[in-house]
Amino acid sequence: MFISSQNSAPSFKDFTLVMPAVAVGNVGQLAVDLIVSTLNMSRVGHMHTDCLIPMAGNNPYATCKEDAEELHTPAEVYTAAELKLAVLQIRAPIVQTKSKKFRQLLVSWIKASGFSKTVVLSSSHAYQRDDQQLKGTPLRYLVTPSLLTVSEDALKELGWREMERVSAFPGLTDTNTEPRLYIPGGGITKGLYTESCTEDVPLAVLLLFCSEGDNIPDAFTLVNHLNDWLHLLDSNSQEPNKWKIPTSWNLLFGSGIPPALF
Amino acid sequence: MATFFGEVLSVYSRAVEEDDEELEENEEDEEIRRELEEKREVRLHWSPEVSEALRSGNKLQCSDFILAVGHNAASFLSVYVLSSANWDAVGHASVWNERSRAVTGQNSEDSACVFYRHKDNPSVLICQVTCYLAEDQLFQWTEKVFECLQHRQLNVIVLSDSSVADYKTADYLCSSSAPFLRSLHTSAFSDQPVCQPLEQPNIVTGLPAAVLNHCQVHRIAAVVYQCYSDVIGPDSVTMETYKLALTKLGRSIQLDPSPSTDILRKFARTTDIQSNLYV
Repeated sequence: MFISSQNSAPSFKDFTLVMPAVAVGNVGQLAVDLIVSTLNMSRVGHMHTDCLIPMAGNNPYATCKEDAEELHTPAEVYTAAELKLAVLQIRAPIVQTKSKKFRQLLVSWIKASGFSKTVVLSSSHAYQRDDQQLKGTPLRYLVTPSLLTVSEDALKELGWREMERVSAFPGLTDTNTEPRLYIPGGGITKGLYTESCTEDVPLAVLLLFCSEGDNIPDAFTLVNHLNDWLHLLDSNSQEPNKWKIPTSWNLLFGSGIPPALF
Repeated sequence: MATFFGEVLSVYSRAVEEDDEELEENEEDEEIRRELEEKREVRLHWSPEVSEALRSGNKLQCSDFILAVGHNAASFLSVYVLSSANWDAVGHASVWNERSRAVTGQNSEDSACVFYRHKDNPSVLICQVTCYLAEDQLFQWTEKVFECLQHRQLNVIVLSDSSVADYKTADYLCSSSAPFLRSLHTSAFSDQPVCQPLEQPNIVTGLPAAVLNHCQVHRIAAVVYQCYSDVIGPDSVTMETYKLALTKLGRSIQLDPSPSTDILRKFARTTDIQSNLYV
């Protein structure tokens, strides 16, 4: 359930929604963090639901001491009104038995909010690729029919690769089994996509094949890929590090080292 | 995952299973699932007086709700607050999950989450939680408990145990610094917390997080005081750390300034006897 953190409910009419799927290496979530922190987006509400495991912390995007003390919850919505951009950040895993409920909640919220399109940032196990997927770029996309009708030209121009349908039993030439959409380690990605297809929601999935570890480089790859399409940041700028890493990303490898070691 | 120094850390897998819900589920599976869900439901049992009031639509008039999560936090309240005998047990919550013991310990399960109310000042409610609440039960517990409380002018204080091993900081923590408190509060909380705020990337999880989330979206003033301790099991030094957190409650709660050693001994079980590590 979306709960506004302001006194009036925000309007998302014709906004583009970017959201992560909790997936391998948390690449989508990291990429969304980069967007929120770089564009300095403001929080407009919380997604308050029993489908997510509770967690809380102080401001993950704090820039100074003054704004550090601010409570943040497992799922929050941010906007940048001038860009007509809304972002849903999910910071906690989904309760195992409730992933279907969470998916439905998201789809109905997306439909009710009137977003012009939704982009899901996701990832999939690199080790489960088949032979054709191993070649070339690790980035893939998927679009629902209703988004394809409006964005076909833009997607063609980008020259992206669509996620391949893989055979259910590789190596067997059984003509009876149809190739299927398979996103191992992608969490709710596939369910969200198929449901959006049937519900006629304009939605795209951008995903990256990766392995778990330090997935920060993967997040940069994915967010740059998204930027090629949505132009959130001026792509002409030659700065290599145009995305701003939030403060909550520090100490990824644990606490400081005892000085007595050296 | 290997660190910069090549040391291998055991990190729990963040990989996510693809949901296999499309698999056909037969009726029996569904029934088992339903029964299990029913069994996992959080149940609140109030005293006759309170449940009578709740039934007639009167929520508990509560100005301060103090929730202690963990053995140290709960023992702190037992030693410093509840020992004054001015408290009535008004209810308990029963929770069943995968970590619940067999039926033999029925009583101990019921005493793992108890609500107390002050005799003279019934607007102060205390809850001690020492049992394990599963991830899917946290939200429900919070919803059910807060449904019974009057929200206006409500102040929530959560005391929560944590291990110093879970605390991340750029400076190396020397052993003398623990135990220490960190705070995290909702936007509606207008007071000044008694200790430093919890620094990113540290987060709060479990029941304290569920309560904070609930209070944040419902605009209730709430603060969590997380105590990071380096001792496993209840000990008096860690308990004393929480004293600071309740100093602002002076008007409604009397802290026993120096509890008798007998009471302390009862709660601070000596754990060294059970450990044979340094025999």
